[in-house]
Amino acid sequence: MSVRVQTSDFDVAREIAALRAGDARVGAVAAFIGLVRDISDATAVQTLTLEHYPGMTEKALAGIVDEAKSRWRIYDATVIHRIGELKPTDQIVLVIATSAHRGDAFAACEFIMDYLKTRAPFWKKEQTPAGERWVEARTSDDEKAARW
Amino acid sequence: MITLVYLARLRETLGIPSEKIDLPGNVGTVASLLAWLRTRGGAWAAELAPGRAVRVAVNFDVAKSDTPIKAGDEVALFPPVTGG
Repeated sequence: MSVRVQTSDFDVAREIAALRAGDARVGAVAAFIGLVRDISDATAVQTLTLEHYPGMTEKALAGIVDEAKSRWRIYDATVIHRIGELKPTDQIVLVIATSAHRGDAFAACEFIMDYLKTRAPFWKKEQTPAGERWVEARTSDDEKAARW
Repeated sequence: MITLVYLARLRETLGIPSEKIDLPGNVGTVASLLAWLRTRGGAWAAELAPGRAVRVAVNFDVAKSDTPIKAGDEVALFPPVTGG
């Protein structure tokens, strides 16, 4: 398992190659990449600042991956989340899961993202033409996490 | 002594990132800690009012209102998370 919180960008191809390197059991890799959009609730977003709670973040992400491993037959997973100042089109988050077949990889990848969005201590602040504002949590995210 | 950490919007509205306090005698759980902090009034009473969405972690794990707090703990208060 690889769980990282970093300011720098990530290379999706390199991360997938590292996760499945030399493991001939792997028949499926599912990956999700979250990106910064240029609009939020009908307002233009110029930059996005992400902060987290050091110490808890890594522990929470590792716990989510362990939970995914206990529910689906996945071999391994990578979670990378960026912090600091980002701009539209930037990559924010990467989740990769490997398994023998696609079903487990798809499900585990989606589960990890849904739990990350409701349980990992990250917060977004948007800089807009009207000033800056903290992003409010969405109840739809809680509903998505609750269905697992 | 416990360490209190305030994150994201709460850090800004309360005006401090963290503080160390002597654990008051009547504080032994998350709920009683929040009640004690509300007695500071002002932004504390407003931001931590019952019904406001405040999340709490004790020693880096998500806590509930009846989670115990003891000397030496790190207690973090923050709004619902918005990562991903």
